[in-house]
Amino acid sequence: MSLLRRVAEQERKSISFWLDGKALSARAGDSVLTAVLTQADRLRRSEFSGAPRAGFCLIGCCQDCWMRSEDGVAVRACTTEIAEGMRLLSGTAPIAEENTGENK
Amino acid sequence: MSASSPSPQIIIVGAGPAGVRAAQTLVEAGLRPIVIDENRRAGGQIYRQPPPGFVRSKKELYGFEAAKAEALHSSFDQLRPSIDYRPDTLVWNCMPGHSGQLDLLHAQRHATLPYTHLILCSGALDRVMPFPGWTLPGVYTLGAAQVALKAQGCVLDGRVVIAGSGPLLYLLAYQYAKAGADIVAVLDTARFGGKLRALPTLLRQPVTFAKGLYFMGWLRAKGIPLLDGVEQIAASGQQTIQNLRWTRGGKTTEIACDALATGFGLRSETQLAELAGCRFVFDELNQQWLPQRDDAGRSSVPAVYLAGDGSGIAGADAAELSGRAAALALLQDLGLPTNAAAKTAAEQESRRLARTLRSNLQFRQGLETAFPTAVHWARNCADDLVICRCEEITAGQLRRSVQQEGTVEINRLKAMTRVGMGRCQGRVCGAAAAEILAHATGVSVAEAGRLRVQAPVKPIPVSAALAAEEQT
Repeated sequence: MSLLRRVAEQERKSISFWLDGKALSARAGDSVLTAVLTQADRLRRSEFSGAPRAGFCLIGCCQDCWMRSEDGVAVRACTTEIAEGMRLLSGTAPIAEENTGENK
Repeated sequence: MSASSPSPQIIIVGAGPAGVRAAQTLVEAGLRPIVIDENRRAGGQIYRQPPPGFVRSKKELYGFEAAKAEALHSSFDQLRPSIDYRPDTLVWNCMPGHSGQLDLLHAQRHATLPYTHLILCSGALDRVMPFPGWTLPGVYTLGAAQVALKAQGCVLDGRVVIAGSGPLLYLLAYQYAKAGADIVAVLDTARFGGKLRALPTLLRQPVTFAKGLYFMGWLRAKGIPLLDGVEQIAASGQQTIQNLRWTRGGKTTEIACDALATGFGLRSETQLAELAGCRFVFDELNQQWLPQRDDAGRSSVPAVYLAGDGSGIAGADAAELSGRAAALALLQDLGLPTNAAAKTAAEQESRRLARTLRSNLQFRQGLETAFPTAVHWARNCADDLVICRCEEITAGQLRRSVQQEGTVEINRLKAMTRVGMGRCQGRVCGAAAAEILAHATGVSVAEAGRLRVQAPVKPIPVSAALAAEEQT
């Protein structure tokens, strides 16, 4: 299952990464969101309802696409480029090291 | 500039059409502005450039707008040696003052930067309205669907429905169909009658108008259903969207689909203007609180200027003009140019730009008549509809706060229910929350108040926040 389909720019270097412990490959220049959603149908689960989420605005505004990496770092999938060896998780809520205005 | 005054530190936030033209204007006057952009490459969202290594031509990427994109990108390339360019950098706070200061985040590291003058070109995002199923994977904004194609060479997979209102609706459908996406329906929530009423104003920009007609004709020729007057869209599905239902002329239709792109025009990103201390007014046309700006782009705060869609939606062409106008105003306020003839020429150009921008605004009013936003959806939505995507706060929770706690003001509603307090700070839900509050209390959206923003305007790592604390 996938939410995005490649229709252009297919001739790019392959990048290996991990999603939920599974080895996958993406293309150089992919965002994390593209790398994941061309072969999966969610980025994370909501920390409130547990419902799956897969991003919404893709321009860094809605904050719907925060994922977590295995080492606990929060990654905004739409604005972060995929990198070799990234280990991402899609089954978790992204309650990670981040700060929103609410704490101030 | 007089020898006694220190050299100005001018910061332009945003490298889209407005920011690039503002920078160019300052460089032409011999200044070296700092240009900070959250994106890795200049062009903003409309002329967004794919990452290095992508090979599609500008014509393929930008279609009818290829020449404009090319012009903007090449202008920026020429400016590079003459500006201090900071791409991939988030401005997450602005502290106004005699010497103001910005808080930045780049590569997970915090930095501060003082400014004497600020030109905010913060752009816009899709204006969206909540509807049942809008948090399901596979549901995206129109802009998101477009960015996936433009910047990543991808389309939404499977059977795609495009629904909402505004010029982007048909443009996206055309771009998607051309790229090989499987579009099963284009649902316009506006009615054809509204477009007819708007015709005289829309014809003020015949080329833009003709493009819209061209897209619609092209889509019809491909056999793609285009429906107007669509209401009450609702997505459903288990793990992803699987069906979309809508009503039209009292009749309900449901189709199977795998993706939905939706939007109702654009909404200004105004957070930094607010932190910079700008005075806001409720703008009926945009149905949004906007920082006040004069024809040239001066805000209510001295030395803070506003340009582009970040302070009212006017489109990319207007953004280029307003970027130049704001930079000319800044130069004028600095007493530049000193040469009398050049000064007169600059003043004449400022007036010319102001006239063009005012005329552009009338076209924009026509667009609003042709493509009204479905804000009324929020008024009558079911209590279980999720309004805040970040924290899954429902319409019922908002209404209960009004009924049980007597909440009448939007920031009070935020404090009571946490709506607008999540990661997006109300960018996505703010309009709908205000509409629900206004409707439940019987006041206008303007009277319901303005949702206030706090730094950081976007989430930042705790480590960066702590670093910022130490420095202050």
